[in-house]
Amino acid sequence: MTELFTVGEPIADTKAPAGPISEQWDTRRFEARLVNPANRRKLSVIVVGTGLAGASAAATLGEAGYHVLNYCYQDSPRRAHSIAAQGGINAAKNYRNDGDSIHRLFYDTVKGGDYRSRESNVYRLSQVSVEIIDQCVAQGVPFAREYGGLLDNRSFGGVQVSRTFYARGQTGQQLLLGAYQALERQIAAGNVETYTRHEMLELVVVDDRARGIVVRNMVTGEISTHFADAVVLATGGYGNAYFLSTNAMGCNVTATWRAHRKGALFANPCFTQIHPTCIPVSGEHQSKLTLMSESLRNDGRIWVPKELGDKRDPREIPEEDRDYYLERRYPAFGNLVPRDVASRAAKEVCDEGRGVGPGGMGVYLDFADAIRRMGRQAVKAKYGNLFDMYQKITDENPYEVPMRIFPAVHYTMGGLWVDYDLQATIPGLFVIGEANFSDHGANRLGASALMQGLADGYFVLPNTINDYLADGPFEEVDESNPQAAAAQEAVQQRIDKLLSINGNRTVDSFHRELGKILWEYCGMERNAEGLKKAIGLIRDLRAEFWTSVKVTGENEELNQTLERAGRVADFFELGELMCIDALHRNESCGGHFRSESQTEDHEALRDDENYAYVAAWGWGGEDGKPILHKEDLEYDYVEMKQRSYK
Amino acid sequence: MKITLRVWRQKNSDAKGQMVSYQLDDISPDMSFLEMLDVLNERLTLDGEDPIAFDSDCREGICGACGLVINGLAHGPEGLTTTCQLQMRSFNDGDVIEVEPWRAQPFTVLKDLVVERSSFDRIIQAGGYITAPTGTAPEAHATPVAKTDADRAFDAATCIGCGACVAACPNGSASLFLGAKITHLASLPQGQPERDERALNMLHQHDEEGFGGCTQIGECTAVCPVGIPLDMISQLNHDVLGALSRGGN
Amino acid sequence: MATSNLTQRRTAMLRSSVALKAAMAVTGFILVLFLIAHMYGNLKIFEGQAAFDVYSASLRTLGEPILPHGGALWIMRIVLLASVLIHITAAVILWRRARVATGGKGSGRYHSSAARRGAQRTYASFTLRWGGIVIALFVIYHLLHLTVNVIAPGGASESPYVRTVNGFEIWWVVLSYAIALLALGFHLRHGMWAAFASLGANKSPQRRRNLNIFAIIIALVITVGFLVPPVAVLFGWVS
Ligand SMILES: Cc1cc2nc3c(=O)[nH]c(=O)nc-3n(C[C@H](O)[C@H](O)[C@H](O)COP(=O)(O)OP(=O)(O)OC[C@H]3O[C@@H](n4cnc5c(N)ncnc54)[C@H](O)[C@@H]3O)c2cc1C
Ligand code: HEM
Ligand code: HEM
Ligand code: SF4
Ligand code: F3S
Ligand code: FES
Repeated sequence: MTELFTVGEPIADTKAPAGPISEQWDTRRFEARLVNPANRRKLSVIVVGTGLAGASAAATLGEAGYHVLNYCYQDSPRRAHSIAAQGGINAAKNYRNDGDSIHRLFYDTVKGGDYRSRESNVYRLSQVSVEIIDQCVAQGVPFAREYGGLLDNRSFGGVQVSRTFYARGQTGQQLLLGAYQALERQIAAGNVETYTRHEMLELVVVDDRARGIVVRNMVTGEISTHFADAVVLATGGYGNAYFLSTNAMGCNVTATWRAHRKGALFANPCFTQIHPTCIPVSGEHQSKLTLMSESLRNDGRIWVPKELGDKRDPREIPEEDRDYYLERRYPAFGNLVPRDVASRAAKEVCDEGRGVGPGGMGVYLDFADAIRRMGRQAVKAKYGNLFDMYQKITDENPYEVPMRIFPAVHYTMGGLWVDYDLQATIPGLFVIGEANFSDHGANRLGASALMQGLADGYFVLPNTINDYLADGPFEEVDESNPQAAAAQEAVQQRIDKLLSINGNRTVDSFHRELGKILWEYCGMERNAEGLKKAIGLIRDLRAEFWTSVKVTGENEELNQTLERAGRVADFFELGELMCIDALHRNESCGGHFRSESQTEDHEALRDDENYAYVAAWGWGGEDGKPILHKEDLEYDYVEMKQRSYK
Repeated sequence: MKITLRVWRQKNSDAKGQMVSYQLDDISPDMSFLEMLDVLNERLTLDGEDPIAFDSDCREGICGACGLVINGLAHGPEGLTTTCQLQMRSFNDGDVIEVEPWRAQPFTVLKDLVVERSSFDRIIQAGGYITAPTGTAPEAHATPVAKTDADRAFDAATCIGCGACVAACPNGSASLFLGAKITHLASLPQGQPERDERALNMLHQHDEEGFGGCTQIGECTAVCPVGIPLDMISQLNHDVLGALSRGGN
Repeated sequence: MATSNLTQRRTAMLRSSVALKAAMAVTGFILVLFLIAHMYGNLKIFEGQAAFDVYSASLRTLGEPILPHGGALWIMRIVLLASVLIHITAAVILWRRARVATGGKGSGRYHSSAARRGAQRTYASFTLRWGGIVIALFVIYHLLHLTVNVIAPGGASESPYVRTVNGFEIWWVVLSYAIALLALGFHLRHGMWAAFASLGANKSPQRRRNLNIFAIIIALVITVGFLVPPVAVLFGWVS
């Protein structure tokens, strides 16, 4: 395998202070140097991204008095992909008095992550979670409430406590609008400069410090370099590498990948989360997949026909010919097994050829029993909006015919490696939200991404970045600086190249094909030979891309084809690394299932002996090999166990 | 199915545009409207023509990026539906479908079907927030909120900021968008201290941006994909007049 | 925001679309009240010349001796005039703003003619502004006819009753009134609802329905109530 990568020095987080885990955050905040208010005005910070992480960070740093420059590719900060989050946000408030606590949230998250996350970070996340709810309520986020006027909670993602706060099916929207409004307030106050429809295409590193970014104005095509004393990336996940995912169309890896090429380590790229309940693909034209809230699994029963190629109308198929495979295989948790388990099981039955719907790529989620049990009205009250959404898209009435669902790429646990301060391996580069790798290990629990995004942005980064900025302001740099000029020049050349190829295939056709490769070989189930094959396929496809992609128009205009081309080009490089990472990690953990590493009854089998580490990859150069740096994971507060949902 | 598209093409904000016809065969009724445009764009690209520019991101009806005037109606013929949620099965074989961008003086057309909507952000900047600096928040349960108030606030807060209300309003008014934010924050105890200032400042910005006044025609609420009700405009009027009568302080 | 700043903002806000709409609503209501009184007066025509002229005269002797002859009437006229002026000025300003906001094209700014009437527009909501102008022209014509009596179709007279009857014996006079009243009816059908909403009275979808029903009733009552006398005269039920 070493023909694919080389092994470099191990790395370790040096920022988490020693001492009991419950005191680390206080200690760190105390030890971190502060910047006095007068000096903050002289210090500038670039924040790329306006999602939960970016908007909350930009607003908070602006309030603190730093001069903030904030970017997003949409026409308004409010449209960041966080807006689409549905289910809810976790917090260890223990309002239900059901035995929840900071330590339990910490424990659940580490276990849910299948013991591949860093204890110190996760513990802090749990501590901060309670402050998030207070902050959001103060901003006017309209969380669901009970008649008594107090906040309501639901349970989520197979944990035994009710700690999820929600705003109907639109929690992400409401949280983001809260952060967005705080951000707009700072923009009005002149503390934050906003750059919408600006895409970051390169990171500027000067004298080994992150000092700026190269951006393209997506309306005029103007390419310019913006400078600051520190750069924060809050650019979200890279699920769109698979082309079809529940992510927004514009989600991309460009920002983090460019930083990776400039020296930032990329951790656990193969850790992707596949959500079990999405609406199946309806045809080649499909542009993205729609998530159906997990909550459906509380009352819906998942099944496929027992017989291969049983083409009967599901309503005609009698009980004895149905296979409720989750209930059969996991009597204890039944339809409520964790996401990765449910998704894999669905794939297995479809691979056996028992899948339903177009292309046999789906399983039934049946509410007939629920309707019989609770009555149609009760079901409508609970899931009405989801049923309507499903009917709008599929033109099938889920009250009559069982829903068809299939797993889809949903979230990426991997991301740029960061230390306890959320600083990447390039000094002055901070990474927050889904863009970093920090808190979810090999699998993320439901309602924990919103928590992490806001924790990072409101409370963690604003406290840790001071320690770095205390050394600033750093010496002035501008376009004349050779390293900066080179970065901008490189961006210009790349764009010229893309526009000059003028081949015979569209960007989307390449993206679709890349997505199929990743889905097939680096999706729900992976194995050595498949991954090797994928790496070859991706390399060929990438080569073809650079010789025969067709990008119309010019740079000096609003050119959406050009935008997509740049993103897809980076997805190729990332996709290859994802496969290499998946190949090297010869164990199954969380969302990463290696068929070579499973128990006799097809459950994921971890190998803590050899793989209890974070795989942080260094860029090996254009034709070089990626370099693997290992961060060993120690568990002093949670005992490593094999997950079982039997 | 076969359809004829007539689409507004405009090179950039200075150029003057016109409607251009495209013939599409074998369109699947399972496609979404935007996927139909994707398909057309693939074809145009291969023919070396400039694909049609249009905004979209989530394609789930929540981000508010998409928005087309389809056959004269903002977000198309289906009620409570964003353009990205519109399915081709809402049309018939052989239909002629006319597609245009939002039109209003503050919504400059940047290219084809893409418009400038930063005026909405500036309206929020003028006061569409509750001042709550990070870290200063009291315990969340310190102030209970009656469920009815919380629900009304939520109903208002679901506005996705798409701008369809403006596109549909014969007066080019953004009153529904404005009313929704005013109602959201005015329904909560946390929103009371800044209530009067907020109403006056946001309305001031609304007028400054060049949006028209509301004459209660109701097109906005009819096309609003999330069904923001018309009474939220009355709430806006109520709060503004109240603020004026109270002397705003 | 500092209060001083806020007070400036307030003065500026008196020119805001919401404040202008409120002004239109209030003046609109005043005009409606006048119309109702006026309509009531007009119906006295069925009680014969004496009653009608007495009523007309009483308008002038109202409030005497505290007020000079015609004083009350003049006060009323001033209020009316002010209302109409404010109402029209505000209307014109809002109209101009709406035109600017829509590139001068209003609801006709889209090429597609598939939805000329929008998703749900009432005819009344279209005719508000031109209807208003029709009303304005009518009022002028009407004052010249029945108040100042400079134009006197069918023959001038000292007695308002006679003027009225003379006038309405001619079909085109009645027709002109009918047209104006139709315009007024539509104006009020939308105007009354809008006025309430503009003042913040629309509190729920249910309320929205009720306010619209109320507006329709007012519009009907006023239009019909005004139409009866001329028609009656034309058909010779009153002579
Ligand atoms: C359908 C769906 C439902 C979900 N539901 C839940 C849930 O119920 N609970 C939960 O906890 N999590 C949920 N998640 C996950 C969660 O929504 C995301 O992980 C989280 O919102 C990520 O936030 P973020 O701020 O890190 O990034 P994002 O919200 O993705 O924001 C990325 C920002 O970066 C900007 N950006 C990206 N690239 C560039 C570039 N190159 N140049 C300039 N700007 C750039 C974008 O404009 C955007 O502003 C869900 C995800 C999906 C897809
Ligand atoms: C008998 C005389 C009139 C009555 C009773 C009347 C009544 C009303 C009322 C109640 C409204 C609703 C106000 C609101 O929406 O807040 C209104 C609106 C309007 N009126 Fe009149 N009106 C009269 C005469 C006129 C005249 C002479 C004009 C001349 C242009 C006019 C133009 C308008 C316009 C344009 C509107 C719409 C206002 C807006 O922009 O919302 N009206 N009218
Ligand atoms: C067909 C129905 C109407 C009849 C028969 C009628 C009759 C009259 C008469 C006889 C007068 C003179 C009163 C006097 O000088 O003593 C008068 C005055 C007036 N009418 Fe009418 N009118 C009618 C409709 C209207 C309408 C629709 C309006 C307004 C939109 C209107 C507005 C006025 C005004 C403003 C005056 C002047 C009041 C004054 O003396 O200051 N009238 N009308
Ligand atoms: S009010 Fe409705 S139409 Fe207007 S912006 Fe908000 S969501 Fe869009
Ligand atoms: S359509 Fe326009 S006029 Fe008012 S009610 Fe809606 S804003
Ligand atoms: S693309 Fe997000 S709402 Fe349509």
